[in-house]
Amino acid sequence: MSEETLNITLKVWRQDGPEDRGRFETYQAENISTHASFLEMLDVVNENLNEDGKEPIAFESDCREGICGTCNLMIDGKAHGPEKGTATCQLHMRKYSDGDTIVIEPFRAASFPIIKDLAVNRAALDAIVMSGGFISVNTGAAPDANLTPVPKEAADQAFDAAACIGCGACVAACPNSAAQLFTSAKVQHMNLLPQGQAERWQRTEAMIETMEMFFGSCTNHGECHDACPKEIPLDLIAWTNRDYIKSKNKNRKLAGQRG
Amino acid sequence: MIGSLDSRLPAGSADNIQDAWTNHKFSMKLVNPANKRKFEVIVVGSGLAGASAAATMGELGYKVKLFTFHDSPRRAHSIAAQGGINAAKNYQNDGDSVHRLFYDTVKGGDFRSREANVHRLAEVSVNIIDQATAQGVPFARDYGGLLDNRSFGGAQVSRTFYARGQTGQQLLLGAYSALMRQVGEGTVEMHTRTEMLDLVVHDGAARGIVVRDLITGDVTSHSGHAVVLATGGYGNVYYLSTNAMMSNVTAAWRAHRRGAMFANPCYTQIHPTCIPSSDEFQSKLTLMSESLRNDGRIWVPEGMDDSRAAADIPEGERDYYLERKYPAFGNLVPRDVASRNAKTVVDQGRGVGTLKNGVFLDFADAIARDGKDLVASKYGNLFDMYERITGEDPYSQPMRIYPAIHYTMGGLWVDYELQSNVPGLFVLGEANFSDHGANRLGASALMQGLADGYFVLPYTIGNYLADQLGDRPMDAGDAAFRQVEAEVNEQTNKWLSTNGTKSVDYYHRELGKIMWDYIGMERSENGLEKAISEIPALKAEFHKNVRILGTGDGLNQSLEKANRVADFFELGELMARDALAREESCGGHFRAEHQDAEGEADRDDENFQHVAAWEWTGTDSVQNRHTEDLEFNYVIPSKRSYK
Amino acid sequence: MAVTQRPQDKLRTPKPINKPPRITMPWPLNLYQTAIGKKWVMALTGIGLVGFVLSHMIGNLKLYQGQLKVAEYAEGLRTLGDPILPKYSVLWLLRIGLIAMFMLHIHAAVTLTRMNAAANARYQSNRNFQSANLASRTTRITGIIIAVFVVWHLADLTWGWTAGFMGWRGDGFNYGDPLWNVDNSMSNIVIAIWYMIATVAVAVHLFHGIRSAFTSLGINSPKFNRLRLPIAAGIAGLVLVGNLLFPIMVQAGVLEADEPAPIEEWVKADFAKELAE
Repeated sequence: MSEETLNITLKVWRQDGPEDRGRFETYQAENISTHASFLEMLDVVNENLNEDGKEPIAFESDCREGICGTCNLMIDGKAHGPEKGTATCQLHMRKYSDGDTIVIEPFRAASFPIIKDLAVNRAALDAIVMSGGFISVNTGAAPDANLTPVPKEAADQAFDAAACIGCGACVAACPNSAAQLFTSAKVQHMNLLPQGQAERWQRTEAMIETMEMFFGSCTNHGECHDACPKEIPLDLIAWTNRDYIKSKNKNRKLAGQRG
Repeated sequence: MIGSLDSRLPAGSADNIQDAWTNHKFSMKLVNPANKRKFEVIVVGSGLAGASAAATMGELGYKVKLFTFHDSPRRAHSIAAQGGINAAKNYQNDGDSVHRLFYDTVKGGDFRSREANVHRLAEVSVNIIDQATAQGVPFARDYGGLLDNRSFGGAQVSRTFYARGQTGQQLLLGAYSALMRQVGEGTVEMHTRTEMLDLVVHDGAARGIVVRDLITGDVTSHSGHAVVLATGGYGNVYYLSTNAMMSNVTAAWRAHRRGAMFANPCYTQIHPTCIPSSDEFQSKLTLMSESLRNDGRIWVPEGMDDSRAAADIPEGERDYYLERKYPAFGNLVPRDVASRNAKTVVDQGRGVGTLKNGVFLDFADAIARDGKDLVASKYGNLFDMYERITGEDPYSQPMRIYPAIHYTMGGLWVDYELQSNVPGLFVLGEANFSDHGANRLGASALMQGLADGYFVLPYTIGNYLADQLGDRPMDAGDAAFRQVEAEVNEQTNKWLSTNGTKSVDYYHRELGKIMWDYIGMERSENGLEKAISEIPALKAEFHKNVRILGTGDGLNQSLEKANRVADFFELGELMARDALAREESCGGHFRAEHQDAEGEADRDDENFQHVAAWEWTGTDSVQNRHTEDLEFNYVIPSKRSYK
Repeated sequence: MAVTQRPQDKLRTPKPINKPPRITMPWPLNLYQTAIGKKWVMALTGIGLVGFVLSHMIGNLKLYQGQLKVAEYAEGLRTLGDPILPKYSVLWLLRIGLIAMFMLHIHAAVTLTRMNAAANARYQSNRNFQSANLASRTTRITGIIIAVFVVWHLADLTWGWTAGFMGWRGDGFNYGDPLWNVDNSMSNIVIAIWYMIATVAVAVHLFHGIRSAFTSLGINSPKFNRLRLPIAAGIAGLVLVGNLLFPIMVQAGVLEADEPAPIEEWVKADFAKELAE
């Protein structure tokens, strides 16, 4: 492993608060180790800003292992940066060359309002889960775990959906700011499992309609999948569309044709 | 001192541990369903323990308020657990039982935990798997569609349930979904991006908390009949750990300052297989699953300061030190043994990598024996992760690994009902000290968090609340709350007006170095005394010379960190004192003075078979050490040996 | 029904950009009140319109068989259902269906575009798109071109409004004589190019639209998913080549009518006799 350092020019979106006008500011990140992660590079920049009496850039991160979904940067026009299947925190500076210029923006969508600089509010994603992203089983009411065998295929497919880390990159990358990949992952995780069947149609209808309160509609570009750090399959969107159309009729029947 | 260190073990648990929890549940007071809605409970933290407790109490009908500093409850650090969760299901028919899980956990904890607590944990472990499966947690399954298990360190049976390498995320998503259902139904009131900054204790009981809204900077008070802390561990006191960037001790520590006892702070767990740090600005360490040691061989060069590439070092000049010293267990010795030996060879100057801060974990033999494809099918995603972080290909050159702080067994003292010595203050999960003793077994952290949240607290809190029927919670506008709010605001203003020269991170890094050097894997009297003198000096400089820019009325990450690091300074000093007072080696606490001729831990059951619980006595005085004696009636203490 | 009312009261969500409809229509009309329902309608109407485009093109191939044959085909369309149903009745049913599909397709597109605009917050730097391609990102533009073109095309070759000022030969527009009209219109190089541009727009629109329709309708089977791209490319390519050839062939002089055909006589003679001659 060779130890090298890089000098990078950063153009970073700075915005004082939700209502303020933002602007790009240019910073130099000097002597950055190629082993540093992208966020560690920003840590260094912040340390220097603090030293110069300028307020550090607000950006969010937590686990820095690519699983919590807190980090969210639009790097050179791509959600989570150039590396496929990688969250911002797992992007490393060895992917860049000395003298590069990197543009950093927050994830943007009307329902992801900016809190400050690069930090945005993604609570709308929680609202989608709140409306139906669960299996209603009170603590203690569960039967033995092996009572219902789940075919391995179904379990694996459900897992592919459940791998979503809720970072919002799909929304950020979508030219329509649609949250269809996120919602489909959440819906299908449970719709694909036997445990999730009782509430399947109600869940699908409620979650989709909550999604439509906050986000745009899908026009099948596929950008979401390319931005997704967990590479959630696009097929889930099709399955969810089918379930949704069915749900309208099924729920009507479940409600005794009352429409 | 508020309250007492009465563990309130169920009567007769010494003679009949099997029925202790069942009997205790029957003996506890109940709150009838119609009355539950009259009780308000505050929960702080939304990880496995906090989310599961809030969801379950919401289902029962209590009015719950949940506070988390995350933007969504799903981001709590429980999410990062990789390996799995233990449960005594015995689905593999290999002789597992509640008693065996109980036995393994007590022994693995090096006989420093309460038998009755651990037995209860083993009992409810089976319910956790049922609950999680019903919630849709996609555990691994075999081709018959039934749940699959794997074995994990410290156990001879396969009892670990797992969901690829992200069991923590899947279990947390299960608890989070249950929580969000209750939020939707209105039984749980959610406060995201809201950080607890103090506990309000009045008339000898916990009455509520004071919080800061991280977006608006507003400092407000919330009162309830009881306060539940589920705020995680304090591994970040070391700066570099596998904990998340925001993990901190603040909520627990502020409770400690208000009278809650802090127990066994020196018990910290080191994970042997992490990726070593690569430079000064490394912000955190990444854990690689321990399963890698099943096929990888650990070695360092024979000679000092050997900078040759691994491939250029001939077989004869390599030291497979674990295989050499522990022929029976070889590379599979327990975490603490593997970690300490890595430190020994690195301290000798035989470390590998540019910074000489790691040891090799070599898969060349496994690849030669099983072929690259089989190795890739077992460890492919781990190898990819390693390559992404280090830029090195573990198929062609050995991995570099080094131990890192990973989990903290110590925490706020709680009794059998998970109540601290402050009445009305309950502590769950990693934030309490209870079930792991001096060392935690792999795949037991998730089990404990969920056991506390789903199946213990919802019962035991009723026993406390039942007596308060008819009492309203204290008014959050009361003078007691105003007073605490004023203190919080004053502290905020102090940070913002300190106007020093160095960042919070700088001091955190410096503190971490002291912690790692003197209170890390191996502790000595000299080192600990050095730490006890250096930490307060650095802390004083921190308070005088830290620079926090911006304002208090909006998002200000430096300000948030300052509060947390200030508490780490006080905690760090207490950890050193606790380690110094514990004149023995046990579990995650290894004192250089207390080892046998072969360098193994030398436990002192005669003098230290107890819990050390520290009582806060003021900012400028040393905490008082209290003890709670431990009794072992079922698992008789013996010396651990892995030769 | 199942939507949690006002999530912003329970979480720190921003104000919704879309409110759920105040009145829920009865099933299945309520489908059209939602974005996914609209996408579904777009896909279905789109498939219908693709069917029209294809059959229109195949029918037009009769131009190569000469003035008489294509005129007979045109008259055949007008008399579909004959002798059971009166002339024009079936044709108008088809036309109404076509118009309805067209209007629904456009209405859904417009409302969804407005919804997406409301959901979007513009990036201030350049995007680096990965899989969004020219076709997917220009559907709205190609859609507008197609809508304008359809009106032009009707005016040009159905209603004959352009005959007066486009320098047509002879008596101008000859009702029921497709080859004469086509030749007159497309021998003007500007008009020929305009037809070619519109054809390209149709093909690009179809390419994304067909692929997209599978997902919108939820047609997804691992076995056949890999066929989605070839199907879309195949249909779009067919439409592109087939329709591009008309103006090219007119310009090249292959499709040509020397003088307007006596359509009324042919109709009276019931074509068959004419053909027999």
